[in-house]
Amino acid sequence: MSKQRTAAIVNGDPVEFLSDPGQTLLDVLRDELHLTGSKEGCGSGDCGACSVIMDGRLVCACLVLAAEAEDCRVETIEGLSTGSTLHPLQQKFLDHAALQCGFCTPGVLMASKALLDANPDPTESEARYWLAGNLCRCTGYDKIIKAVLDAAAELRQDRKSA
Amino acid sequence: MAQLSYLSPSSVDEAVKALSGTSTRALSGGTDLLVQVRSGRAKPDQIVDLKRIPGLIGIRVENGGFIIGSATCGAMLSEHPTLSRIWPGVVEAANLIGSTQIQGRASLAGNLCNASPAADSVPAMIAARATCVIAGPAGTREAAVETIVTGPGKTSLTAGEFIIAFKLPPRGSKASDAYLRMIPRTEMDIAVAGAGVSLSLDADGVCTSAHVALGAVAPTALLVAEAGQALMGSRLEAGALARMEEAVRAACQPISDKRGTADYRTKIAAVLAHRAAVIAWNRAKEQA
Amino acid sequence: MNKPVKPEDTSSILKVVGTRPIRPDGVEKVTGRAAYGADLHLPGMLIGKIKRSPHAHAHIISIDTRKALALPGVKAVMTSADMPDLAAEHYEAGESASNLRDLSANVMARGKVLYHGHAIAAVAATSNAIADQALNLIEIVYETLPHVIDVEEAMAEGAPILHEQMVTAGLGETPTKASNIATKHRLDRGDLAAGFAAADVIVETRYSSAAVHQGYIEPHACVASYAADGQTQVWSSSQGHFVIRGLCAKLLKLRFSDVRVIPAEIGGGFGGKTTVYLEPLALVLSQKSGHPVKMVMTREEVFRATGPTSASVVTVKMGAKRDGTITAAQIDLKFQAGAFAGSPVGAAVMTSLACYDVANFEITGWDVVTNSPKVAAYRAPGAPNAALGVECAVDELAEKLGMDPMAIREKNAVRNGVRAPYGPVYKNIGYVETLEAIKSHPHMSIPLGPNQGRGIAAGFWFNIGGESTVNVSINEDGTAIVSTGSPDIGGSRASMAMMAAEVLGIGVDQVRPIVADTASIGFSTVTGGSRTTFATGMAVVQAAEKLVTDLKRRAAETWGVEIDQVVWQDGAAHCLKAEKAPKGALTLAALAGSAGKTGGPIATVVALNAQGAGPGFGVHVCDVEVDPETGHVTVLRYTAAQDVGKAIHPAYVEGQIQGGVAQGIGWALNEEYVFSTGGIMENAGFLDYRVPVASDLPMIDAIMVEVPNPAHPYGAKGVGEVPIVPPLAALAIAVRQATGVRMHDLPLSPSKIRAAIDANAR
Repeated sequence: MSKQRTAAIVNGDPVEFLSDPGQTLLDVLRDELHLTGSKEGCGSGDCGACSVIMDGRLVCACLVLAAEAEDCRVETIEGLSTGSTLHPLQQKFLDHAALQCGFCTPGVLMASKALLDANPDPTESEARYWLAGNLCRCTGYDKIIKAVLDAAAELRQDRKSA
Repeated sequence: MAQLSYLSPSSVDEAVKALSGTSTRALSGGTDLLVQVRSGRAKPDQIVDLKRIPGLIGIRVENGGFIIGSATCGAMLSEHPTLSRIWPGVVEAANLIGSTQIQGRASLAGNLCNASPAADSVPAMIAARATCVIAGPAGTREAAVETIVTGPGKTSLTAGEFIIAFKLPPRGSKASDAYLRMIPRTEMDIAVAGAGVSLSLDADGVCTSAHVALGAVAPTALLVAEAGQALMGSRLEAGALARMEEAVRAACQPISDKRGTADYRTKIAAVLAHRAAVIAWNRAKEQA
Repeated sequence: MNKPVKPEDTSSILKVVGTRPIRPDGVEKVTGRAAYGADLHLPGMLIGKIKRSPHAHAHIISIDTRKALALPGVKAVMTSADMPDLAAEHYEAGESASNLRDLSANVMARGKVLYHGHAIAAVAATSNAIADQALNLIEIVYETLPHVIDVEEAMAEGAPILHEQMVTAGLGETPTKASNIATKHRLDRGDLAAGFAAADVIVETRYSSAAVHQGYIEPHACVASYAADGQTQVWSSSQGHFVIRGLCAKLLKLRFSDVRVIPAEIGGGFGGKTTVYLEPLALVLSQKSGHPVKMVMTREEVFRATGPTSASVVTVKMGAKRDGTITAAQIDLKFQAGAFAGSPVGAAVMTSLACYDVANFEITGWDVVTNSPKVAAYRAPGAPNAALGVECAVDELAEKLGMDPMAIREKNAVRNGVRAPYGPVYKNIGYVETLEAIKSHPHMSIPLGPNQGRGIAAGFWFNIGGESTVNVSINEDGTAIVSTGSPDIGGSRASMAMMAAEVLGIGVDQVRPIVADTASIGFSTVTGGSRTTFATGMAVVQAAEKLVTDLKRRAAETWGVEIDQVVWQDGAAHCLKAEKAPKGALTLAALAGSAGKTGGPIATVVALNAQGAGPGFGVHVCDVEVDPETGHVTVLRYTAAQDVGKAIHPAYVEGQIQGGVAQGIGWALNEEYVFSTGGIMENAGFLDYRVPVASDLPMIDAIMVEVPNPAHPYGAKGVGEVPIVPPLAALAIAVRQATGVRMHDLPLSPSKIRAAIDANAR
């Protein structure tokens, strides 16, 4: 079986990779590009640990064929902070102790970023439904939701003062 | 091992040709197909990605109705400025398919052609009297949504055929729809039962047209004509709703499986149809 | 709410303990850099995969691996023939003990397959795809056998027997006939008949719960590298790398010193990662192939072949006087062990009445093998199942007596000085305080609407201590390194750093905590049993205290005074004879900088077996609303109070409570193993194995009651396990209050609730 060549933009940088036709974007991110921050928890789109933002939409990287990423912009957890400055979501997750084992955290953070990009002022219920595709087995979600709402408030404040 | 290949045609003709092969599968959102390929339940030798064909993603208004490109993802439906107002039931049904992540990918065509009896968007589309525009080796044809799925995992599409668009008919005033499903959790589940209801009312709130469709209670989604007829001419008075529920229960022929018993599915289908009808009626009343 | 009850309250002088600093490993985890089991890549690494049984029960007639081995790219194929045939030997591994012969046969079937998904062969190949192809080329001939999964059916006369040589232990005399009942457990006190005779009211009831999985989001993963000289390295995500080392060495007859296990970050365990599944296989494949081998389970494999907890049936007969005094309790617990003996029924027996001061009781437990995956520890193993039966029975008793459910619990509550049903006399327990915390909580006075109900339940867990080793060293600039052998599964690096900082009198940011591998630190048992903050924390404090003594000696030598003239405060040595120290205090940095002149590096090790872990109690209250037409349960609000001793890092203590509650809610409402008639799990994925999602849950109010544990330097008690114990009963009772129907079988799925409501209406 012959490999296919794909060119995409990952975290702002142009990348090219070869993949088998059955390989997913997650396989390529982890095994070819060594961006192992995106995790595989199920391989069927049911846990959200592999959440990345592709052309502005939140997707499970395990449900995207690598070849589909041709010409796409892909944002992963590795691109969330700016240099050594954490994104407000990352900081709020630390402040609120919104992670325990940390395995679901990259996916939850990317999903939360997509939420706040789409809805800067979500209610608790909106945040809970938006994040329903990101399973966390450690926290009971309580502190995750608090961190997301707090980050949203801070980002709104930043926007106001900017 | 089968040699899998991936093709991303840029025209309908090219796609028709590619899909005429013996073991090819069309890909739009991939949220069902890729899971099946991974688990070995589907073993295609070619995957044909339809998303780069012009027109397959997007929503346009034509002659008072909507034409929805078949590979349009669920999130785009809810983002459209007017679609949710005119067809709230169709949009809410499509938006119930999976998580936010799935909404960024899953399409109406995929939800239909995966041919699961429990597909959420299908009863809503059937109740809305939506049709499909199908491209194939013999050109394009149009067919009602309820004619596509013939059984679990089976469709009436022939080799080389694929859906390029869905048409939602023009809508008069005082008309609306609703879709409800029952799942054990609040999200991330397959419907144990689902019900879509679409109503048109006269100025007094009397139903002048009524369509009721059910999911997950039979091998395919069902359009229950008797249930719609029970509502015709009514203002959803208790008697009409009771007759509608009776018709729904009579139409159900569910199985018992890991997601629910046949008895439960039948009872719930009636509950959901009742509630969806009330929601659709209230929405229609408020439509200008 | 913090409620210090200790006579000498130290919280006012604590500077670090009890605060909420950012965890030291946090940035790594929010930036995606933390390396978990599947994230390692080594040069020349192969992919290992497992061939699994398609049958629930069968003899293995033959295995032919020749075609698989001949496939280009396949570097090794193994079966149980490649592993030593071990004698039965008991091996203590933290929370769960293993029989090594059974464990060997669980990781690779020997002679028989005992459940669908049982490993039967494994391959190592140069790619995923080739490994998959190779699995399909392995030819196995089975002779299928009838199977049994239900625990009561497995106990019945004529049931298919899993192990022909197994006879029931604990019956007094050794039976001659093989049985699926591995062990009968028994605990009793007083005169049961007299106790029931003294009762005015008696309830007899039965509750069951389905098998549920720990559901950690990270599937099991490891990399093993076996070198030609016999030295091996294993990278693995587990709750205890020393236990991984011990089990690999024992199963493969290797020297412990030859097996170095390096702990990867662990993506959740909850007890399920305290044993081995992949590591011994990866080692054999690495040895056979001469390459490093990575093995990662799929989610489906996690469900089919790793530890769920037991399905159980609990029957309770309980009697009480009019005033609510419980006079007698008779409890019978039947637990599914899975394919090999070793369910947590022993702990269930011991915990079942632990909240109640009952004079007469008889508790029986049955450990029963079944054709399902061997159970593994899951958060307070055995206790939630038992509490479901007992707490619901107490609720039934209260209902029959017309008594408030809180009042009956207060009336019979265990207090200091009461002998626990499982033996010791309770000391420094906080159960009554925890009951009070719920009783006086605003939650209790929120009015309920139609179709809403409130459930109250209590729970208990022993908490354990155990063996830990800790190194603490002071760097040349006065910062500190704390090395432990305890994997951090939920923030323990933070609490270790905090306790060291507290003793040394420095900022927590000046302490770097690490989890050291098995070749870099002495033995430490698993992170489990709610032991790490207690036991490893005790070792951290002792090590830091030893260093303070050493630092004081160095300062005394520098000043030419006796050590008793030196005090350690705020990270510096202060001389009581000011004239001897004209330059003032000697800071940790100054002492570290001149360490070469005062005896060399400043470092110490403490290895201990911690005793005196204080038992933990929790009381939960939960409000639900039930849709009477669909049977759907909405959890409206949830408050959980728990005696935590002393919260070292309160945010992570709250997190443990909230996480345990969420798992308990899942167990109560929707989670279950569903088996086909062929013995195949039908819902081996997160779509149909329904763990709670964010929109299923409300905020969970975690109330920390602090009744200090004098055995711990800061009063800490274990907190991780208690919170999963009460929710099963709390939910079942709340549903009863909302619907008027008592549900006796978990999960409380909508279809069951609707059916029960319909049956009740008839």
